[in-house]
This record gives sequence, C-alpha cells and structure tokens, in this order.
Amino acid sequence: MNLNATLFGQMITFTIFIWFCMKFVWPYIVKAMEERETKIADGLAAAERGQHDLELAQHRISKQFREAKVKASDIIVQAQQRSNQIIEEAQQRAREEGDRLIAVAHTEIEQERQRAKQKLRRDTVDLAIYGAEKILERDIDDAAHAQMFDKLIAEIDD
Amino acid sequence: MSVTTGKLTSGEYIHHHLQNLTLSLKTMKFTTAAQHPGFWAIHVDTLVISSILGILFCFSFWLVARKANSGVPRGWQNFVEMTIEFIDSQVKDTFHGKSTFVGPLALTIFVWAFLMNFMDLIPVDLIPRLAESTGLHYTRVVPTADPNLTFAMSISVFFFVMFYSIKVKGIGGFSKELVTTPFKNDSWIGKIILSPANLFFNAMEHLSRPLSLSLRLFGNLFAGELIFILIALLPWYLQWIVGDAWSIFHILIILLQAFIFMLLTVVYLALAVEEH
Repeated sequence: MNLNATLFGQMITFTIFIWFCMKFVWPYIVKAMEERETKIADGLAAAERGQHDLELAQHRISKQFREAKVKASDIIVQAQQRSNQIIEEAQQRAREEGDRLIAVAHTEIEQERQRAKQKLRRDTVDLAIYGAEKILERDIDDAAHAQMFDKLIAEIDD
Repeated sequence: MSVTTGKLTSGEYIHHHLQNLTLSLKTMKFTTAAQHPGFWAIHVDTLVISSILGILFCFSFWLVARKANSGVPRGWQNFVEMTIEFIDSQVKDTFHGKSTFVGPLALTIFVWAFLMNFMDLIPVDLIPRLAESTGLHYTRVVPTADPNLTFAMSISVFFFVMFYSIKVKGIGGFSKELVTTPFKNDSWIGKIILSPANLFFNAMEHLSRPLSLSLRLFGNLFAGELIFILIALLPWYLQWIVGDAWSIFHILIILLQAFIFMLLTVVYLALAVEEH
C-alpha cells in the first residue's frame, strides 16, 4: 500500500462529482419522478371515478330499461285490448249490416212473391177464361161468371 | 495475453500488473514504487480512469436530468430513473432527515464505485497493453483496487459525517456526545470518570469507519484483480473455464461492494443526525 498525493486528487474529484450530481442531476430527475407519481396517482383516481360513474350509469340504464320494458308490455296489453275491441265492433257492425241486408232481401223476396202471386192469379183467370171459351166455344157472360172465378182463385190461393 | 509471449516470469508479470503509473510531483517524472517516490507522487492511471468514469457517470445522468419530464420514461431515462429510485428508497429507509445532499452523495458513490469496479471485468491485459503501445509502461485499470482512491472516498465520507454531526448537534452537542456516550452516568463525578473511556470508544468508532469502508472495497477489488491476473497466467485453453466462473461471480461482488459502500455511508450519516 503506497498512499500518496493521489488521495487529495481523488478527494477533490469525488467532491466535484457529488457537487455536480447534487446540482445538475439529482433534483431534476427526482422532481420529474415526483411529478410523474402525482400524475399517475391523479390518473388512477380519475380512472376510479370514471369506473364509479360508469357503474352509476349502468345502474340508471338498467333501471330505465326495466321501466321501459314494463311500459312496453303495458302498451302491448292496451293495444291488444284495443284491437280486440275494434274486432268486436267490426264484427258487430258486420252482423248488423248482414241482418239488415237479409231483412231487405226478405222484403224484396216477399214483394216479388206477392207480385208473382198477383200475376199468377191474373194469368190463371185469363187462362181459365180462355180455357172455358175454348170449351164452350161460345161467349160467356163475364160478369155472371166472375164471381165463380174469384172463388176459384181464392181456392188456388189457398 | 500470458507469460509465454513475453520474457517475463510469472512473478514479474504479476508485479508488473500491480504497479501504478506513478508521477513524482518533486521531479515531475514517471517513477516506480521501487524508487520510493514518497508521499508527493500521484497515480496517474487511477486519477485519469476514475475521472473518465466519473465524468461518464455525470454526463450520462445529466443527459437525462436535462430533459427530465414526467411523461413516459424511455430507454436510458428509464434506467437512470430506476437507479435513482433504488438509491432514493435506500436513503429514505435509512436516513430520516431532510437533506438534499445525502441522495446525490449515495448516488455518486454507488454508480461511480460500480463503474470503477466494473473495470475489473475488462480483460486484465487489454488496457495495459494498449497503454504500453503508447509508451506508458504501467497501468492499473481498476481505480478501486488502489487504496488511494478508496481512502479518498472514505475520508471524504468521514468529513461529511463530522460536518453533519456538528451542523445538526452543534459543536457543543457533538462534543458532549463524544464524552457522555455510550457509557452513561447521572452523577457529574461518574460523568467525569467515564468521559475518557467514552471519548476513546467514540474516537475508535469514528476513526475505524473510514478504515473499514475503504479497506473493504479495496480488499475485495484488489483480490478480484489479483485472481484475474492469476487466471491470465493459465494456459489459454484453460482460461475460459475459471475466467468465466470468476467473472460471473465477480459481477455480484462489484455490485455488492458498491452497494455496501453506499449504504454504510448513508447509515453513518443517519447516525450523525440522530440523537443517541
């Protein structure tokens, strides 16, 4: 071991390096690191807040969704009721209309039948008179026999 | 690479490797230990290599400090910040005071000592041979294997500890501590009787610290260097077996020794500012 003046030289260099490190290196890097630490902590806090907000929003959404579902089913039920009602009403109207048409038809048929009956009656009288004229080959007193024919017609009627 | 190439014997080879490039300040000429240059000489190799490494450390860390920002750290910045965070956590664990000095001191000791220790992993003959080709006959590349450097560091630490003790406790408080601890007595007669013993113990404690700090680092690195020199004396086809094993083991040692020096320094400073 030979100790010599190198000792002093090294002490000076050592001190200079420490001084340099203290002045130009350490504070800047430590400051930057501390800033980053704060930034990261803030970021994490913000993320947590965001997560919380998201959870709240999800709760709200599911609540609204449930409400909407209930509302929708209510509407569906109402719509079904309404449609049933409409159908019933339509059926009712149709039935009434049908009944009315049937009644009209019945009346017309009845009128037609009456008209046919009248015609038939007249035709029968004419035919009978014609037949009788043919048989008798002579004039008949229309007036004298009208009564008899009316009677006959009444019998046919029945 | 080994003795077979030169005309040196093994003993001469080892001796040659353990010679510093010494400049006598009296004659301003290069000299050797055999010529007994006395105290007023300097080891140029130790000074130059340690300064280059120190400047390398300061510059490379300053590059990061210059552009330090709180954004996402990348590459070298990441490495530097990792180192600083490691040192900072060690310092905060041990040193419970406010100080803008202890952190940078610990960082400087750790990184600088590590870099100087790392020179041990460079092949033992590489730099001395290159130096020899420029006319410098002796070069020791591991500054921490030179007791001048380790003592310079530990004595500086000793002064820092003294400075902090006096700064925190005042000259009176510090002097009082030197004579009243560790043996305590309540009566003033007891105090007077115990004071020489206390002073003796404290002096021992304070003076043994720089000695143990520097000799530990020096011893480890000197031994490591010596073993590398001995490995270099083996035949070339055997060198890689022991050389690799010792190098890998030595990676651990150089890091550990730098760490121990740094941590003990912080501990001594922490003791200096704390009340007994």
